[in-house]
Amino acid sequence: MAEYDLPDNLIYNETDEWARVEGKRVLVGVTDYAQQQLGDVVFVELPDPGTSVEKGDPFGVIESVKAVSDLYAPVSGEVVDVNRDLADHPEQVNEDCYGDGWMIAIAPGDASELEGRMDSAAYAKHCEERKE
Amino acid sequence: MSNSQRTGIEALGHATRGLAWEEPLLFERSRPGAVGYSQDPLDVPAVEASDVLPADWLRDDIPELPELSEVEVVRHFTRISTWNYAVDLGLYPLGSCTMKYNPKLNEQVARLPGFAASHPMQPAALSQGMLELMARLETFLAEISGMDRVSLQPAAGAQGELAGIMMIRAYHEHRGDRRSQVLIPDSAHGTNPASAALNGYECVPVPTGPDGMLHPEAVAERMTPEVAGLMITNPNTLGLFEQHIARLCEIVHAGGGLIYCDGANLNAMLGVTRPGDQGVDVMHFNLHKTFSTPHGGGGPGSGPVGVKNILAPFLPTPLVRKTGEDEGAGYRLDYELPLSIGRLHGNLGNVAMLVRAFAYIRSLGPDGLRRCAEMAVLNANYLKTRLAKSFHVPYEGRVMHECVLSDQGLEDTGVTTLDVAKRLIDYGYHPPTIYFPLVVHGALMIEPTESESLEGLDRFAEALLAIAREAREDPALLHGAPHYTPRSRLDETRAARRPVLRWQPDSSS
Repeated sequence: MAEYDLPDNLIYNETDEWARVEGKRVLVGVTDYAQQQLGDVVFVELPDPGTSVEKGDPFGVIESVKAVSDLYAPVSGEVVDVNRDLADHPEQVNEDCYGDGWMIAIAPGDASELEGRMDSAAYAKHCEERKE
Repeated sequence: MSNSQRTGIEALGHATRGLAWEEPLLFERSRPGAVGYSQDPLDVPAVEASDVLPADWLRDDIPELPELSEVEVVRHFTRISTWNYAVDLGLYPLGSCTMKYNPKLNEQVARLPGFAASHPMQPAALSQGMLELMARLETFLAEISGMDRVSLQPAAGAQGELAGIMMIRAYHEHRGDRRSQVLIPDSAHGTNPASAALNGYECVPVPTGPDGMLHPEAVAERMTPEVAGLMITNPNTLGLFEQHIARLCEIVHAGGGLIYCDGANLNAMLGVTRPGDQGVDVMHFNLHKTFSTPHGGGGPGSGPVGVKNILAPFLPTPLVRKTGEDEGAGYRLDYELPLSIGRLHGNLGNVAMLVRAFAYIRSLGPDGLRRCAEMAVLNANYLKTRLAKSFHVPYEGRVMHECVLSDQGLEDTGVTTLDVAKRLIDYGYHPPTIYFPLVVHGALMIEPTESESLEGLDRFAEALLAIAREAREDPALLHGAPHYTPRSRLDETRAARRPVLRWQPDSSS
């Protein structure tokens, strides 16, 4: 089985999004596990800046040649930036899911929501369990 | 291709060499001045269009439509029609789609001039045969499903589903009870959330248990006064009969909700058990699945919706009603349903499909319909058992009308479900449904239906087993498949990312 790259400095959602705290904002994308499972990503639908998102609620949609899935917000807050490049280059999600494949930046209403969440080790275990 | 690569296929006697034509687009074939008609010379005075039509109705240039002769057009469409695959050519095991054989008797009945030449605007007095057929078909579907009333209007399953949820919403709103959520298990059909969302409901996903079943606790803990209903597909998309269905219905009913059953998989229950008896309040039927009317490009579909009496006031109008002696015994259309969700389809629905479904039900009778379900279930279990040797089976136990396998056992070969599906084309089969249901990674969803003989099932199983062997011996062969088609593996990713949707003059060479 192919291995996945799960960086240590990220927070992971059970629904396969990652979150990275960068100063006052939280960058969000999908994990390497997610992009491998999805296969070639062909479309990413993202909210406009200024949209409010709720932790655990869908903020967008990702479509690959195999499936269409919702994207779930790891934290509540306001969308302050969106990766517009993905509209023309959805392949960036496959090529660099933690870099150029980032999706949105959220200004969290309550940063403490991010405490006690899954780290890379816990998320790796979560991925392995689902293979059973 | 080397001889050794061909042996497996030829031994099975499936795909063989044949002529496959390249066929350019009509636009590329166009030749200025070519016509497919001849007209008599004008024998009345010529009139300038600009003299008789308003200026904004006129255009300056002539649209660049292709110019061809009749025979060129006929050959064009006939040639591209030979690129098709059809259930009349072979097994079409598309899981969840019930691609059963469409008996030719249905076609003969639908072509009877009284049906084929009738006009939808004919007055009821001149449409008594069609109206009687509709009234009787409604009764048949109600009896088969355990429902009280049926509307034959919806154009296909998704519209039947939409109608079902519209009626659930109308029911709650009529009682002054505004609810905001619909429960949908992760093993339900993909269109279910769309039907709920179009009615303004929030979809609450309900996870199935490790056995692939929906469990009463999972529904009970989500059943609040906000829940308008549960949408359940039974048998579900894993091909499993929801064993807790009666208890699930009790829980939802106790909370004031209603139960919608997606009838896409009704084929597996015909004559054996009825959703109405299980507690379901509303369901749709896919005549183009369960009742053998043409499917896909051969459609249109037809998706009647059946309800229990509590929802009958909300049915789409018009309904067909049998009239008493006082009105002159016969049938007429009834528009008098003040709480109706309204009309869903022009005229009477896709009536030619209703005729075919009627012919199917009448030619099989109750025992024949039950036999369909039994054979569909037996065939699916037979294939599952034969294929389990080489493919991973994510859910153990007996299945209903379809079985779900996965590519997990092939991981070390690098061969994926997509490769297996593409290689199956070389063996002369339409691939099964792949990567669905989503709850199974790398799913291959196979529904043989009752139409296949034991020998036909064996040939199909041998093909898949041969492909599993090829995956170990020569994975590259599978990565490049199909090899026998006019086009080999298409770049589906590029087609989705950079679709070319329109022919342009400068794109032809």
